[in-house]
Amino acid sequence: MAIPWSYSLRNLWTRRLTTALTASGMALVVFVFAATLMLAEGLQRTLVATGSYDNVIVIRTSANSEVQSGVERDQAAIVESLPEVAVGAEGQPLLDKELVVLINLTKRGTTKPANVVIRGVGKAGLALRPQVQLIAGRMPRPGSDEVIAGKSIAERFQGGGIGERLRFGMRDWTVVGTFSAGTTGFNSEIWGDVDQLMQAFRRPVYSSVLFRLRDSSEFERVKSSIEHNPRLTLEAKRETRYYADQSEMMAKFLRILGLTLTVIFSLGAVIGAMITMYAAVANRVIEIGTLRALGFNRGSILTAFVLEALFLGLVGGLLGVACASFMQLITISTMNWQTFAELAFSFSLTIGIAVKSLAFSLVMGFVGGLLPAVRAARMNIVEALRAT
Amino acid sequence: MILKLIIRNAFRHRLRTILTVIGVAIAILAFGMLRTLVGLWYLGVERSSATRLITRNAISLVFPLPLSYLERIRGIAGVKSVSYGNWFGGIYIDEKHFFANEAVEPKSFLELYPEFVLSPEQREAFIRDRKGCIVGKRLADTYGWKPGDLITLRGTIFPGQWEFVLRGVYRGAERSTEERALFFHWDYLNETLKKTVPRRAGQVGFYVVGVTRPEVAAEVAEAVDRTFRNSLAETLTETERAFQLGFVSMTEAIMIAIQIVSYVVIVIIMVVAANTMAMTARERIAEYATLKSLGFGAGHIGIIVFGESLFISLMGGLLGVVLTFPAAQWIETELSQYFPYFSISMTTIGLDLAIACCVGGVAAVFPTWRGATIRIADGLRRIG
Repeated sequence: MAIPWSYSLRNLWTRRLTTALTASGMALVVFVFAATLMLAEGLQRTLVATGSYDNVIVIRTSANSEVQSGVERDQAAIVESLPEVAVGAEGQPLLDKELVVLINLTKRGTTKPANVVIRGVGKAGLALRPQVQLIAGRMPRPGSDEVIAGKSIAERFQGGGIGERLRFGMRDWTVVGTFSAGTTGFNSEIWGDVDQLMQAFRRPVYSSVLFRLRDSSEFERVKSSIEHNPRLTLEAKRETRYYADQSEMMAKFLRILGLTLTVIFSLGAVIGAMITMYAAVANRVIEIGTLRALGFNRGSILTAFVLEALFLGLVGGLLGVACASFMQLITISTMNWQTFAELAFSFSLTIGIAVKSLAFSLVMGFVGGLLPAVRAARMNIVEALRAT
Repeated sequence: MILKLIIRNAFRHRLRTILTVIGVAIAILAFGMLRTLVGLWYLGVERSSATRLITRNAISLVFPLPLSYLERIRGIAGVKSVSYGNWFGGIYIDEKHFFANEAVEPKSFLELYPEFVLSPEQREAFIRDRKGCIVGKRLADTYGWKPGDLITLRGTIFPGQWEFVLRGVYRGAERSTEERALFFHWDYLNETLKKTVPRRAGQVGFYVVGVTRPEVAAEVAEAVDRTFRNSLAETLTETERAFQLGFVSMTEAIMIAIQIVSYVVIVIIMVVAANTMAMTARERIAEYATLKSLGFGAGHIGIIVFGESLFISLMGGLLGVVLTFPAAQWIETELSQYFPYFSISMTTIGLDLAIACCVGGVAAVFPTWRGATIRIADGLRRIG
């Protein structure tokens, strides 16, 4: 014979203030838990989505990122002649030799410089990245000192908007367009003509070569033919893999931080729940005695009180996740330590994170409520009825 | 009398009080730790010297400057000495074993950085051996390196396997000095580049400029940048402090998040403590009414409730502060590779206690008000 679950719910409703306080304490913990997971997720998404699975990026062996890499012109030509490179509609290889350098730009409204990636792209640069779309202005004319800026750059940096000018490499560059790259890392880049930029920066070598595979399953073959070729000092990675590697350190840091905070906070929240549930039991000694006298057994009493704690946790969890969902409106812009370049990413809430957070809040409620519930269940009927 | 009442009252519900104290202690502990972490983030800025300037390429750090700038910088008024170097960014074993490694001109570098303390014979040995390197004590301890050992780094910016002979282990003059770095001869890097990638030889990543007095730093920085304006490699010169701060501010977003979180901690304990106090007051309404009928005023009752709340959270605060020390000690030993040291400042302890008081006060507001304003008849009638 079980006690109806509405009994547990109504008990919470009776002590509204206490329930609200405990639940909001839990909600804060769930909020922090969810927010850190969302941040790590957002970072991962931004970087993983930046690459396409069928694209291969070629950089110098043991360079960690494009910025550190250098690919000589003759080596780039060898890569271009590989049979596995896909061919476009007009018979041109879908391959782009690119230059990637960092420049200092100042954020709008501050005097603080940040490192921004500037990418010199060729004709195939856009075709290889279907996620990149021009949203305002026009494309730069080839061979001119015109550039286009990613959405995050246009918003956040001085000189990034359309019609504004940037100065680097002893020349002035005019921004003629803004492009959007969905949620990817290209939003934090500036693109220009590769030959013009190489001139300006006096860099005789490319940074990387990007190409689409003719057939996605041929990756291993092309990788070994590039890495075992004695004339080349290059390594090949799938573009998705390359960008995932770039975020490893950051994501790990965020995960460790989130985990540590969550562990510490949840202790506090569990203690809060415990205090509330102990008080709930202490206030209802006579009630519990009456229930027992009516014939409800120990198991039902235990269940009723554990349920109450679980409800408490659920309310906290729902509140916390609801607050955390608003974090999706916020974009964080920070430096990625692995590339030293500015990167903007936002919090992203997935079903998985919501479920995890709710499960976490239920566990907190359960842990906090178990001891008091056991205490309630173990009461002696006669003494409980006698209590004042 | 009142104090006795407060302490007695606090321990009437022993379990609840203990739980609350633990809750407050955990939160205070977390707050102290987070605050210390944020402080460490800015450590690099704290330990910079006011008489050193860093000159780098104006475009950004990844672009080099010609070696020929050395003499021109040296000729600028107010410059005492100049050293130069390159961030090498080599990898030892794998990416996880990260430590800073730089190619520097040894003699001038050690002069400019007196905080790296070497014994005279080790210093001599390092300067004489072109393949020599020095490492900080903490780093040497981590890998068990002794002078004479061979250390191999895999170059990322400068490809290849680079071998160095350990010639000295330096100690930091101060506690905050970076003891997890490796320095080797810039000449060794340059000679190798001449053979492998000649176009990259004769280039330095940064110049360190020592000025005669801190007051002339701004002028000298201005003069250096003016000297190279409109040349192929324009420079950007700033004090070491500003240079470090630039790096730190790039990751500021994360720091701000941590700071927000440390305030959220405080809100959470406020909620827990307020909850305890609300319950306590609810249970004792009848008592307050009885006390009032005996002639105690609203002020008395207010003090009793308020005092109890303060007492509980201060106990929690003290426990938290006491726990902070072993926790910091543990972090210092376990995570020594990340932090040079992890010690709690007096400011943090003061803040901890101030927060504990604040929590106690805020938690008591509502119950105090209820206890003080309860009407006797209502209080006695109520069955809590």
